[in-house]
Amino acid sequence: MSGAFDEMNGLGGEIRPPYRAFAEWLGVQKLDDLKRKASEAETLFRRTGITFAVYGDESAGERLIPFDIIPRIISAAEWKRLSIGIEQRVRALNAFMYDIYHRQEIIKAGRIPEELVIKNSAFVPEMIGAEPPRGIYSHVLGIDIVRTGEDEFYVLEDNTRTPSGVSYMLENRETMMHMFPDLFAKNRVASVENYPEFLLKTLESVAPRDLNKEPTIALLTPGPYNSAYFEHSFLADQMGVELVEGQDVIVLDGQLMMKTTLGPKQIDVLYRRIDDDFLDPLVFRPDSILGIPGIFELYRAGRVTIVNAPGAGIADDKAIYSYIPEIIKFYTGRAPILQNVPTYNCRKADDYKYVLENLEKLVVKEVHGSGGYGMLVGPTASKAEIEAFRAKLKSQPENYIAQPTLALSTCPTLAEAGVAPRHLDLRPFALFGDQVRLVPGGLTRVALKEGSLVVNSSQGGGTKDTWVLKD
Amino acid sequence: MLGRTANDLYWLARYVERAESMARLIEVGYRIALLPRDEDEGYNEEWRSTLASAGCAEGYLAKYETPNARDVINYLLFDSSNPSSVQSCLAAARRNGRAQRTALTRDMWVALNDSWMEFSKIKPADVTANQLPDLLDWIRSRSALFRGAMLNTILRADTYYFIQIGTFLERADNTARILDVKYFVLLPEIEMVGSSVDNVQWGAILRSVSAHRSYRWVYKQNYRPWRIAEYLIFNRAMPRSLRACYDLINTSLDGLAQLCGARHQCHDTSDEIRRFLCEGDINAVFQSGLHEFLVDFIAKNNRLGHQVAEAYHFNG
Repeated sequence: MSGAFDEMNGLGGEIRPPYRAFAEWLGVQKLDDLKRKASEAETLFRRTGITFAVYGDESAGERLIPFDIIPRIISAAEWKRLSIGIEQRVRALNAFMYDIYHRQEIIKAGRIPEELVIKNSAFVPEMIGAEPPRGIYSHVLGIDIVRTGEDEFYVLEDNTRTPSGVSYMLENRETMMHMFPDLFAKNRVASVENYPEFLLKTLESVAPRDLNKEPTIALLTPGPYNSAYFEHSFLADQMGVELVEGQDVIVLDGQLMMKTTLGPKQIDVLYRRIDDDFLDPLVFRPDSILGIPGIFELYRAGRVTIVNAPGAGIADDKAIYSYIPEIIKFYTGRAPILQNVPTYNCRKADDYKYVLENLEKLVVKEVHGSGGYGMLVGPTASKAEIEAFRAKLKSQPENYIAQPTLALSTCPTLAEAGVAPRHLDLRPFALFGDQVRLVPGGLTRVALKEGSLVVNSSQGGGTKDTWVLKD
Repeated sequence: MLGRTANDLYWLARYVERAESMARLIEVGYRIALLPRDEDEGYNEEWRSTLASAGCAEGYLAKYETPNARDVINYLLFDSSNPSSVQSCLAAARRNGRAQRTALTRDMWVALNDSWMEFSKIKPADVTANQLPDLLDWIRSRSALFRGAMLNTILRADTYYFIQIGTFLERADNTARILDVKYFVLLPEIEMVGSSVDNVQWGAILRSVSAHRSYRWVYKQNYRPWRIAEYLIFNRAMPRSLRACYDLINTSLDGLAQLCGARHQCHDTSDEIRRFLCEGDINAVFQSGLHEFLVDFIAKNNRLGHQVAEAYHFNG
């Protein structure tokens, strides 16, 4: 897309202030040197094992999410605004979840349609009346933000279930510091390395209330074949907690226990990185072998804390998304600091009509989809693709939302022919326990294909180191 | 620590050690195959005992009719259907390491991961006879690198102990097997009829455990078959002897007992095996039969592995 706002060059003319020192450095680099550094970075990632296996295909080897060595830079002032806006959302989303699993005031007040919540597949009725410690449902959040102009930031999505990518934020920084120490001498880049400590503090702060000892924490992973397995083991290692699979954990004598070399040991807080569906075969999917039979009952009884709570997906459902400005106002009494992308909800007749008439201009998403699958990017789709999608949309309009195609900002990125602008987004990670904690940074995802707006790694996206500058 | 973690670490260590043993056995087999020989003198027999020492004879013979250099080397290095091939060992060690990344230090992981990545790039067909020695050296150096990284970076706690136990149970098994396959050339009466072939065999045994130089330093005399058996069974200074292995297994089991505040059956078994290795002597072994002793040792060594697994809940 031509004419997009560029993080380094703005709309042309002067280099934007946060990039000044960097641009000077970049200006004197030779393309071959940059390419050599890029290939060194890839070797580092492979050696460290920041790779993911592809399900059911061990022989295909492991894949790597491409890493671009040119950082994305955010000024201190920009970050301040983002972080205040993120904290507001984190608190509001959790207040919303507490409400809909209790008195449902927001529905009674008519601010959000009842069936949108109650009939939503992300709503977990078993959670009604449950009392999670501190009333928190989503403790670890990834807020996807896009930028379209100097002062225009939009929240694209609030990931409130099991957001991933934070290990890339940390390893991208490690890699950059290893390869370009001189850049860090010239730029005051805020450190992100506190994240594991913040995560641990957050998890400890939501331990079951009547626990009279230091809580024991464990991280539950689906196992080495999961695409985020590196992140699971990375975080467990950084926090110094056990990385467990479903087979390592049992419910015994009314407690959650892991099977250690010394026999069963109690777990108090479980940071789970598997979906609700697989968590407990007695309550959710009965065929799940990844989960722990009986854990949900323990959770309801307050014997163990599950992070994020079951049912936390309701707050990042795409059908709920268009109501988030309402939700923020309802629970905080203030206007949202960060705006939503204008969204057409195809369950509303007017919106639906508009979407059908403007498919070629819109991005249409499945309400429950993720990872960039099942979506239509109108401006780049062929006529046949649009018509095929129209048929799908007509068969189940309530299953779709649509948004205008945003002119996502670009950032200089190393491409085959040289440094060229590519579109990107930003996922800062927020933690909520005894307080809201953020590290200054996030995961920047970049669409490596020229003109592409899809940044998902499953669709050819890569990542960049994200620098938040200090004042 | 999770029981599953202990299990993975124990096997990771065994696989790393096994890869090294394989490289050493192939090297010895290859050396002997290079010796000048008479027309009808079959060195294929040598490959047969290499396979037996590697514990791979049965699998090999199910696949091939007779042992020959090319097939044996391929089977021991690259065959993924052979669970003890270097290829399988490096893959399994790396798989276990990946599953237990949190228990390993970065140096240990990088050593495992690099070995696996480098080895995966090798095309078996491209390995010529001239490159084989380099490849075998490389395999041994990778195992040494992992152990060095482990010894230099790991906490002296449960991870270390399970890795040590795995390593030295595997090593003891390997040494006992090498002795047993060739036990008949080690009997004292052989010395009387010792031929040049026997001399080659004795040298081969010592080379299989990298002890051909140290033997001379320790005994200051030519190969004597019963001395060789004594050296590999009872000498506490020889790092691949059964005694040396059990000194380290015992220390690690004691460490675990202290850490966990409890002793188990495996501790008694290990104590008993070690006591014999400390107090026994080679004459007694020959009197009751070297072969019988080794068969019994291999079985006990195996049993100890099972008892460790049981004591520390390897399977949950």
